[in-house]
Formats: sequence, C-alpha cells, structure tokens
Amino acid sequence: MDAVSQAEAAAALLEAYTTRVPIEPLRDTYPDLTLADSYEIQLLQMRRRVADGARVLGHKVGLTSPVMQKQMGVDQPDYGHLLDDMFFLEHLPVPTAAYLQPRIEPEVAFVLRRPLRGPGVTVAEAIAAVDFVLPALEIIDSRIRDWKIGILDTIADNASSGGVVLGSRPTPLSAVDLRLAGCVLHRGGDVVGTGAGGAVLGSPITSLVWLANTVGERGVALEAGHVVLPGSVTASVPVAPGDAFTATFAGLGSVTARFSEETS
Amino acid sequence: MAGWDVERAVGVLMAAEADRRDLEPITDEWPDLDLATAYAVQDEVLRRKVAAGERVVGVKLGLTSRAKQQRMGVDSPLTGWLTDAMVLPTGAPVPQDELIHPRAEPEIAFVLGRPLAGPGVTAATAMAAVDRVYGGLEIIDSRYRDFRFTLPDVVADNASSARFVLGAMGLPPDRLDLALEAVLVEVGGAIVDSATGAAVQGHPAEALALAANDLGRRGLRLEAGWLVLTGGMTDAVPVSPGAKVAAHFTSLGSVTVSGG
Repeated sequence: MDAVSQAEAAAALLEAYTTRVPIEPLRDTYPDLTLADSYEIQLLQMRRRVADGARVLGHKVGLTSPVMQKQMGVDQPDYGHLLDDMFFLEHLPVPTAAYLQPRIEPEVAFVLRRPLRGPGVTVAEAIAAVDFVLPALEIIDSRIRDWKIGILDTIADNASSGGVVLGSRPTPLSAVDLRLAGCVLHRGGDVVGTGAGGAVLGSPITSLVWLANTVGERGVALEAGHVVLPGSVTASVPVAPGDAFTATFAGLGSVTARFSEETS
Repeated sequence: MAGWDVERAVGVLMAAEADRRDLEPITDEWPDLDLATAYAVQDEVLRRKVAAGERVVGVKLGLTSRAKQQRMGVDSPLTGWLTDAMVLPTGAPVPQDELIHPRAEPEIAFVLGRPLAGPGVTAATAMAAVDRVYGGLEIIDSRYRDFRFTLPDVVADNASSARFVLGAMGLPPDRLDLALEAVLVEVGGAIVDSATGAAVQGHPAEALALAANDLGRRGLRLEAGWLVLTGGMTDAVPVSPGAKVAAHFTSLGSVTVSGG
C-alpha cells in the first residue's frame, strides 16, 4: 500500500470521528493492506491529533482474550493510543453522542512510576515500573461500519479506542493477585459480565510487557505517569444513552461510568 | 403421541446411560411432557438407583447463568440429584468408557451444616445453613445427542448429571466474597474462559435458596451434610481423551480433571 493510500485511509478515519458516520472496512477498500500499513495509518492519525494539540497519555492493548483472538483469527494482541480528550471522570456523564457504536469493557489500569523501554522488558522490570493499579472502564468504539472489523481494520482505527473512566483508589501491585482477581460488571442492577484478571493473556502484566516490547521495536517508550489499559476482563457490552455501568474488582474497589441521555 | 409415560421415559433414559447411547429429545415424540412429569421421571430414576444401592449425596442446579437460560429460552434454573456413584476421586481420569460426551464446568459448591426447607428460603438464610464452600468441576454428560434438548427433556435426564470432583480445600462461607470469587478455566495449559460467582444467579447463595425452594414445592428438603453444586460459572468445555481441564479459583484452590 502506498503512502498516498495510507494518508487517505487515515483522513477517512479521522473524519468519521467528526461526522460520526462509520466507514467501510479498510480491507475492502484496500485489499493489499498489511499489518505495517495499519499501524502506519493509526500513527498518521495520532500525529495529526498531536499536531492539533492533543497529548498522548498512555496506551491500550486489545484482542487479549482467547475469544476475541479466535474471532479475529489472530494469536497476538494489538495496541492503540490514549489521548487526553479520551479520559472522563467518574460520575460525570460520558457524552454518548460523541461515539458511533460504543461498547464498554472492565479493565485493570496500570499507572507507571518510571518509563518502560522495550524490547527486552521482563515481567520483573514491568512490575517494578508500575506505580499502582486502578479499576477502569474502557469505552471502545469503531469508526468501521457495524464493527465489521478484522485485525487490520481495528489496528488502523486506533485499536477501536473510545475513552476511559478511571477509578480513584490506587492499589499497589503487591496487594493483589491480578491473575485470580474477580471482576463483576453491572449495568444498573444487572450482572452483565464476570471474569478474572487472568482472562487477559493469562495475566494483565503479560499484556504490559507485550506492549512495552512491541512499541519498543518502534523506538517508543511507555512514559512515567502514563496509563496502560491491558485488555478486557469480560466480553464487551453495548452502551446505550443513559446507561450506568459499575465494574467491581476483588481487592481494587469499583469504578462507575455514567453515559449521557442525548443521542445527537 | 401414544405410548409415552413416565415408566417408558425412565427405561429409555436409564438404558441410554448404561449403554452410552445418545437419544433424540423425548419431547420430539412426547411434546406434552411437562415439567412436573419430567421431575417425576427424574425422581423415579433416582428411586431405582437408590434401590440398587446408590446413596443420595446432594443436588445440583443447572441453567443458573443468564447466558444459558437465554440460549435455552427459559427463565428459571432446574435441579438434579447427585449420588455417591457420581463422585470422581481427585486425580482419577474421566471414565470415557462410561460416558457419552463429557463436558466440564467450574462451579462453587456448598456443603450444608443443617437442613434447608423451602419455600421461603432467602439467599441470606441459605448461607446461614452452609458449613463449607468448595471449588469444583462438574462433569456433565447429556443422554441426548449433541446436548440438544428442551427444558422438560433435560429435567427428565437429571439435569445432565454425570460426575463431579471437588477441590481439596473447603472454606467457611463468612470468609469469602462469593460474588467476586473468580475462576480461570484452563484447557491444555491455555486460559479459555473466566467468570465469578456473580455469573450464577447473581450470587451462588441465590442458587442455593432456589434449590431449597424448588425442592420445598415438591415436598422435599436439602439435608444436613448434603452437597449443592450451584451451577456452571462458565460454558462447559469438552473433556475428550487426552484433554486436561483445570479450574483455578481465587480462594478455593485449583481442581483438575483429565480426559484419560
């Protein structure tokens, strides 16, 4: 795929954020799309956003569950960028109308105390770099019509990132066994998902190590103070205007995301 | 359809279990089979097994997860009987030569310290009767082809009961937050699923109360010392020959079965 097509795809995706009209799957429009093309399309959008004043505040890892990987026919995760305008506060309404087809996922967010520079980052190093963990709700969204995504589409579309709501009680990693920590996702009073931290690549720490080493190959470091969303503990759940979700994690407390009523 | 009654259903199901032969759903030929009659079939099979020397050790719940209820088009769980013949000793392989198409599902299990008689049992009063909580793997094995059945079919088939194995460690219930007690399901070393106790009727104690109330309506009660399997937390995974299935619980330890 040539640079002109990459720029064209990046522009189409960026435009979809504004128009809220999703585009057709990229692999339909560009049959010769590769993994490298997709990450380049993602980066072109991020550079544009940063040039316009946005700040990168962290990363998210996606496709971390065996179910999602099987669905996409892949055996590895992907990643996207978290920009400053994607962070929302607990209990203040998330603007539902800003999204095209939002879904929600409970996650254990890592906050770094010092940078992680891959490749070659070990589990030991990654644990030492984590300042604390927070319960989190990630809003995922797709700028591709009807979530008809393959791995190449979602990577180009910033790993289907939408936003994040962080809980406010920090817990040190040493105080919790993330692998066996249970999580229950409620919508209103209904249980809509349950899972354990180990659903994320066996442990969310594995996801952090994978991210550090994968972005490291591109010369990018995970920075101190950055937030890393390592992947969902349950299957994602669709969001409707007015919904309120609470994710409760054993040992970490809970986080709530409330969505505004308006649809346009 | 003429020719079907409790007696015939009991005979067909017991023969299918003994001969490892899977059946078409009984309701294909007996669409009028209702739940009360289906439980009568289940109870009569149990009566014959007890007459042959088996001992009742408790009950199990099935279809306690919302996902499974939606798939089956029902809005309430069901119960089945557990006997001592279903105990799979720790470390023993799943006996392929005695089962049709076994599947394993992780469950939270209760051992009762005192009897529970419904109706009117709540989750709170149910938990007060619990002596110990275990993590376990239930081996289900429908006598119906491809696990295809309606609710009366599966009730008549004793809720697909076959075998079960419990973790070595039973904990007092007041030390556990069972809604957040998680399980990781591992097949051949790879994590395939996870869930918490909240996947079971919102809380496993709700499932226990439901079992007590269900039995109460049929003039029966849960006895002291009985085991109650509260229902699969995740979907069941096949346990074919060579398979190794492990359930790792937050506080209740790990349980493993092999397909032999």
